[in-house]
Amino acid sequence: MKRVARVVSFAALAGTILPPVLFFAGMADIETMKRWMLIAAIAWFAATPIWMDRK
Amino acid sequence: MADDTFTKQDEPVEEFEREPVPERAWLGFSSFVGQYAGEHTAGTELMIGPLFIASGVSATAVVGGLFAGNLLAVLSWVFLTAPIAVRARMTLYFQLEKICGRRLVTAYNLANGVMFCFLAGAMVTVNATAAGLWFDIAMPGLNDSYPNSLGWVVTVLVMGVLMTVVAAYGYKVVARIANIAAPWMVLVFIAYGVVAARQLGIESVGEFWPKAQELIWTGGAPLAGRTKFTFWHVMFFAWFCNMAMHIGMADLSVFRYARKSWYAVGTAAGMYLGHFIAWLSASILYAQQLHVTPGNTDVLPGPLAYNSVGIAGVLCVIVAGWTTANPTIYRAGLAFQAISPRSSRYRVTLFTGALATVAGMFPAIAMKLLDFVALYGLVLMPMGAVIFVDFWLAGKFGFERNYAEKSGVPINWAAAIAWVATLAACLAVVNMGGMQIYFIGLPGWFAAAALYIAMSRVLQRKEVRL
Repeated sequence: MKRVARVVSFAALAGTILPPVLFFAGMADIETMKRWMLIAAIAWFAATPIWMDRK
Repeated sequence: MADDTFTKQDEPVEEFEREPVPERAWLGFSSFVGQYAGEHTAGTELMIGPLFIASGVSATAVVGGLFAGNLLAVLSWVFLTAPIAVRARMTLYFQLEKICGRRLVTAYNLANGVMFCFLAGAMVTVNATAAGLWFDIAMPGLNDSYPNSLGWVVTVLVMGVLMTVVAAYGYKVVARIANIAAPWMVLVFIAYGVVAARQLGIESVGEFWPKAQELIWTGGAPLAGRTKFTFWHVMFFAWFCNMAMHIGMADLSVFRYARKSWYAVGTAAGMYLGHFIAWLSASILYAQQLHVTPGNTDVLPGPLAYNSVGIAGVLCVIVAGWTTANPTIYRAGLAFQAISPRSSRYRVTLFTGALATVAGMFPAIAMKLLDFVALYGLVLMPMGAVIFVDFWLAGKFGFERNYAEKSGVPINWAAAIAWVATLAACLAVVNMGGMQIYFIGLPGWFAAAALYIAMSRVLQRKEVRL
């Protein structure tokens, strides 16, 4: 479970920074970029608490 | 009953408050990298970047000044704060109490608590600009000092009450969210700049520098009512915006846990992610706003973030503001509680949050954040000079270290005079126009050190004769 959550978290980080980079490069429109960033944010906050900072 | 609900499980770990940190509790390098990276990527970074543009800074001045100023800040932690922290391994407050006496520490705590309240107020203001987006309220302008609409007051009130209650009851939950959110927040801050740069018409990395000089940091006249910023302003601001923490020695409490003093190099993570990349990104956001709507000089992090990366950007403003306001309100509460130890932590935190909320209603603090941050450091800085001199130079200059502890006096007047006289002199020089507030911290630190040495020699000798 933790391994899956970790993979989702790292995908979410990629989903946070890649859409702006693609927008900068002219390879994505702004609405698509905003949508992917929101999805990535939801994924990050859903998956990361499962593995990060748990004592 | 209410007090019982705020039990140890809700409090941050506050250990070894009146004893040196034992070896078993020492921490590794990565702990400090994570802590500083998270703490210095705050909602208020989104105010500071735009305020540089409002101050008419040039591209060379802002990039060069931030690079140099942040380096000086890191070196101050490494060579001034951490070496004392790992030798004494005591909190700032306990060390000050030994030097200055209980009553003077109480006065210091009061000043510290009030400044923390105002800082938390600026964070509440930032969050209200994000929350207010959904309710179409009239938000404050760049030169507004007072609340400008009922909607604004209500939004700040709601945000402030929420933040306060959470700080009182659920400190650990928000602290955990802060840890979880930090890597994501850093990337969103970078995204702000990347997207806004493209919106400004910058289409490749190679185009960035020439267009940055032409469209972002143009180096023109500042906006009305703002000080013109040069390389030196930016450098000193970046160096001294955390003056209270490094040369003011507040971070003795943090680095007393460090295994080695060089771990203070980890502060570079906070400086270069938060006070370099985040400030530059926020600057680009504001430049884009001025480019599209030239008359719109409002510095409102919520709308700025929304226009760039949408809802994820607004979420980042709220999370960044909340996760940094939480420890700020808590620390202010601790400072006040030290004055009145019998008051419950719960009540003190609620009182502190209420003060911060009222402060947050007045946009003057956020809109003049550059000046407020400089003042905040200035107020606490002289005590850092006192600690430095007492720790390293007392023997060489022939006076007793930790004088209050050894003599049992409630106030070490040498430290009190060094603090108050330095602060009064610095403020007088600033008010008379002799020097701007961004620069006065450096001569002020040396003045406080010299005053403490001179007064200690005079007063301790007098005491011995009596």
